[in-house]
Amino acid sequence: MVKVLLWGSLADLAGGAREVAVEATTLRELLDGLARDHPGLRPELSRGVSVSIDGRIYNDSWFTPITPDSEVVLLKRLQGG
Amino acid sequence: MSRIHVTTKINGDATEFLCEAEATLLDVLRDELGLTGTKEGCGTGDCGACSVTVDGRLVCSCLMLGAEAEGCEITTIEGMAAGDQLHPLQKKFIEMAALQCGICTPGILVAAKSLLERNPDPSEEEVRYWLAGNLCRCTGYDKIIRAVLDTAADMRRAS
Amino acid sequence: MALDDSKKPRVFKVVGTRPDRPDGIDKVTGRARFGADMVAPGMLTGRILRSPHAHARIKRIDTSKAEALAGVKAVVTRADFGTVPDHVAVIMENCMAGEKALYDGHAIAAVAAISPAVARQALRLIEVDYEVLPHVTDVDEAMKPDAPVLHEGRQEETVPPGMSQNVIARAEFGHGDIEAGLAKADRVLERTYRTAATHQGYIEPHACLATMGADGQGDLWVCTQGHYMVRNTCAAILGLEQGQLRVTASEIGGGFGGKTTVFLEPVALMLARKSGRPVKMVMSRSEVLRATGPTASTSIDVKIGMTKEGRITAGFAELRYQGGAWPGSPVNMGAMSGFAPYDLENVKTVGWDVVTNRPKAAAYRAPGAPMAAFAIESAIDELARGFGLDPLAVRLMNAADKGTKSSYGPTYPAIGLKATLEAAKAHPHWTAPLGKHQGRGVACGFWFNFGGDTCVSLNITPDGTVTVSEGNPDIGGSRASMTMMAAEELGIPYDQVRTVIADTGSLGQNEVTHGSRVTFAVGLATIEAARSAKREMCRRAAKIWGIDEEAVDWEDGAARPAGPNAGKFPPMTIKEIAAVASKTGGPIAGHHEVTAQGAGVSFATHMADVEVDPETGATKILRYTVFQDAGKAVHPSYVEGQFQGGAAQGIGWALNEEYIYGEDGILQNAGFLDYRIPVASDLPMIDTVILEIPNPGHPYGVRGVGETSIVPPLAAVANAVSAAAGVRMVQLPMSPPRVLAAIQAGG
Repeated sequence: MVKVLLWGSLADLAGGAREVAVEATTLRELLDGLARDHPGLRPELSRGVSVSIDGRIYNDSWFTPITPDSEVVLLKRLQGG
Repeated sequence: MSRIHVTTKINGDATEFLCEAEATLLDVLRDELGLTGTKEGCGTGDCGACSVTVDGRLVCSCLMLGAEAEGCEITTIEGMAAGDQLHPLQKKFIEMAALQCGICTPGILVAAKSLLERNPDPSEEEVRYWLAGNLCRCTGYDKIIRAVLDTAADMRRAS
Repeated sequence: MALDDSKKPRVFKVVGTRPDRPDGIDKVTGRARFGADMVAPGMLTGRILRSPHAHARIKRIDTSKAEALAGVKAVVTRADFGTVPDHVAVIMENCMAGEKALYDGHAIAAVAAISPAVARQALRLIEVDYEVLPHVTDVDEAMKPDAPVLHEGRQEETVPPGMSQNVIARAEFGHGDIEAGLAKADRVLERTYRTAATHQGYIEPHACLATMGADGQGDLWVCTQGHYMVRNTCAAILGLEQGQLRVTASEIGGGFGGKTTVFLEPVALMLARKSGRPVKMVMSRSEVLRATGPTASTSIDVKIGMTKEGRITAGFAELRYQGGAWPGSPVNMGAMSGFAPYDLENVKTVGWDVVTNRPKAAAYRAPGAPMAAFAIESAIDELARGFGLDPLAVRLMNAADKGTKSSYGPTYPAIGLKATLEAAKAHPHWTAPLGKHQGRGVACGFWFNFGGDTCVSLNITPDGTVTVSEGNPDIGGSRASMTMMAAEELGIPYDQVRTVIADTGSLGQNEVTHGSRVTFAVGLATIEAARSAKREMCRRAAKIWGIDEEAVDWEDGAARPAGPNAGKFPPMTIKEIAAVASKTGGPIAGHHEVTAQGAGVSFATHMADVEVDPETGATKILRYTVFQDAGKAVHPSYVEGQFQGGAAQGIGWALNEEYIYGEDGILQNAGFLDYRIPVASDLPMIDTVILEIPNPGHPYGVRGVGETSIVPPLAAVANAVSAAAGVRMVQLPMSPPRVLAAIQAGG
């Protein structure tokens, strides 16, 4: 299981927990797992999120590997100027 | 609409053109004569991207009518280098990275050349005030001011 | 070949030097072709009719008189576009209004005619019946329950019930327990800060030249930060195949985020399709200010607790950003970045995205971050000074470092914030004496930096020189950086490489030039493309020598036998290998396609000295120094240029620049005379100190540098002005009347 840190208001939509556990070995499995296990997150996931894995920020790189001891943080989709 | 016939000298070449009465000198340079090195940033004389000299005087070409150029000698950025020999300011701007996007660069070079022709030894403050009508959004002006001061020093040494 | 990325600090030969930029001569002679400089045979002039109202229902548009005017070849309204896919629906709405005009300047219709004069006349002949609606342009006003509503049904589920429909979204970030943290503080400061909307202020107005045939093939020449984005967006709006629309990026006269979307382009293509002629469109300056994408205006509450020793016990901020007429203000990035420089046990931010009757905000250099930094860095400064503490020392005491859990969640790898603070502390600027009515301010800033989709193709010509094709417009010297990285990796001189910006037909997808990504991501792809070309050249040399390709190394621009067992062959240079390429297997090229990750966050500390005239409230910037981590500065002159340019824009934001709307909702200062960006005589030299804490995510350690530099200056200048004026400034811009009023109220 991978532990995923949610941002504050997202936790409310996932039943109140700031950290949720998901069975995943890749980013795609992680996002699919979040949507499956936490329906409250679906609107936010469909709007697009960024994910920090061990300090690196990813958008949609499905096959990015994730290990059980990875630090995984869900972030609002980022945009630059 | 009848167009006005105008005879000028541009960058040393005798040039004739026809223009609408309301056409600015900038419109004529860019759209009639293909001299697109002169840029339009505002059309209201606030940004200096369209700077040219008319009979030696620095003007915003967006504030002057094409028809007013009758009998005048105009110099644009295209007339600054002599063939493949860049003007010292042009060389220095490249060497000192005094441009980023480059849109304001033609106007600033024309204005800076005009300054150095009047004042070969300007202070930093004089350069800053002379160029206060030429907006640059990329550089913060630092490298531009340094390049102008450095060129002035080189040109004084060379003369 | 045995390529070796790892180990020992690399000794650079080209990277870190300051060669002339390859497009230099074009740009100092006027030869460089920007958006408005292109012409096509038979070209028409396109013009847009814009709403004179801040908010109005469009009851009827009658274009018949305009269409009947001699010389008019096409008239376009929203009806011509039909239904567009959801993902481009808002962009479509912004490019051409549908049922409602939502801001002063919103596009209503467009014409293409044989001359600008005829086009202008045609616009006057278009009749529009408006039903004028109540409007709102201020973020706090727009949040009130009785505010005029722009849209129904766009509110997210994140917004608590009962709030105005103008409130689109709420998000909360952070960790720890704010109340518990505040309880440990010796002082808790609460303040509200406000910033005005500002514009990127690029000197080149938007411009494009479109050609579109009945066969669905189109060509577009355009000034943009991302021609691939333009292609994809326009294709979706016009119902074209992406492969049938070729977009070529002109030189770009500044963007700063403002050219990361489309405004004119779909309209120009539609006019071209309808008229069967090429159509050129160029915005006026007032159109740029009224109807492109300025950044948000904001209203921010901050609550910070600090011990008398200077330790921050809790940090809280509630940020309200209006992003114009549709959702998508940069509030989340403000909320995520504001406290990012600090190592905090208890931190929380709440962001509200709000719509108003203003043009839709586009990205502006580190979108959302400068305003949040202004509020938070001002509060930290006020607390530090209140305790009589050194504001730099307080920042150092609280500074985030490797291993810090950031305010937005992830744990930091090696970062450069402390290095910038230490450099600031050691710099002579920090201890230089100040005179009467003078003050000094410091502030820190953070930006995420991005990577994204990137393609580079690197070709070895038959004479052994090299061309690099990349897909991101050169907005501030990136051709030079790519050329340098290719030369570095190939071990050849800088002048043996030329970099070109390829059109959309020549490479795969490239993300927009944004997020400080180009030197990082395109650089990374350039290096990888060079590596793949090197591998091929080593293979060719191995074949010629009849040895195993693993026994060939690449060094100083030549293939060499690796080690004593490989055999004794004289090195083959790139020129020698290229000369026989067609005899050894064909042309040689390298390419790399990647979604670049690992951009590496960036930090800066800025220091400003100002003098405030107590009689007029006018502020003069006396001295300014930027300390920023660049990871590795590829071309230091252009890195300095980014630092200086960001500082100057931030100074403008702090002191002068603001969108001023009248009671009627009409923009009152849509020109460079009244929307005053800093001019040369407003500024001193801007000193720079480049720190280099390598980014492990890039082969040379590069971090993006473009955006971070605009994050600290708002607060650095505000802290300096507050010190000089003896009164805390909490609203931007700090224009002379506002500073004078604050002095008089404070005194």
